[in-house]
Amino acid sequence: MLRVAMMFVSSRAVAEEVVQEAWLGVLKGLDRFEGRSSLKTWIFRILTNTAKTRGEREGRSVPFSSLGGDAGDDEAPVDADRFFGDGHRWAGHWASSPRNPRDVPEERLLADEARQRIAAAIETLPENQRAVITLRDVDGFDADEACEILGISEVNQRVLLHRARTKVRSALGQYLDEEAAA
Amino acid sequence: MKWWQWSRRRSGPPQSRPEDISCREIVLIVNDYVEGALPVDEREAVEMHLNLCDGCTDYLDQLRISIELTGEVPTDPLAPEFEEELCFAFRSFTRP
Repeated sequence: MLRVAMMFVSSRAVAEEVVQEAWLGVLKGLDRFEGRSSLKTWIFRILTNTAKTRGEREGRSVPFSSLGGDAGDDEAPVDADRFFGDGHRWAGHWASSPRNPRDVPEERLLADEARQRIAAAIETLPENQRAVITLRDVDGFDADEACEILGISEVNQRVLLHRARTKVRSALGQYLDEEAAA
Repeated sequence: MKWWQWSRRRSGPPQSRPEDISCREIVLIVNDYVEGALPVDEREAVEMHLNLCDGCTDYLDQLRISIELTGEVPTDPLAPEFEEELCFAFRSFTRP
């Protein structure tokens, strides 16, 4: 919840206050919960509304109004030099293929270090990408629920998720390359 | 006749032939494929490409593994004093 709140406000301290305020809102509003969405989605929806209000009061513009300001917009999912260039007979195909995960022993794949690499990659994502990947892949919400919670369109959700997962995959790919070379 | 001509159930525009999807393009849409968000013809084209391409199959495997590992990342613990405050709020809450 903190991670989601932090998208809308300026600091972790304010985000913690937002989470607390949201929980109080949940308690007060529980009688009005109609069961149209899951309780979890409803709670997160209250969280984002609380956070947005707080963010506006702080004079922060609400993110998600557009994809603008999203660092790495033009970034290719994979380094261009891993593909054959235009003019080559196999233009656009892998020149340097991704590592087959089975090249790395399973215990290294499941090692804490792999998860730490993933966590570190998530930390470096722009806030809106981080929020989407956290809701989807950490908290286990589906696409519709994530859209409802963040108040974003389906397309927007998909783009942000694609970018986030692509960067996290890239961190795993690097880890696999290093492990296979070790 | 080329294999892709008889393997396609209906004729589409030439650019939807699987051999025309490059690996560079696959990595741009493979997450939508995982999400089940591709139109049927594109999904079929991706699947045909994957059947023929080890590099993209390994890329997809990596993506799936990283999604799974993301689910195992521990979430931020709350600051202890904040957790205490929250528990206090719960305890002292009385129904309106």
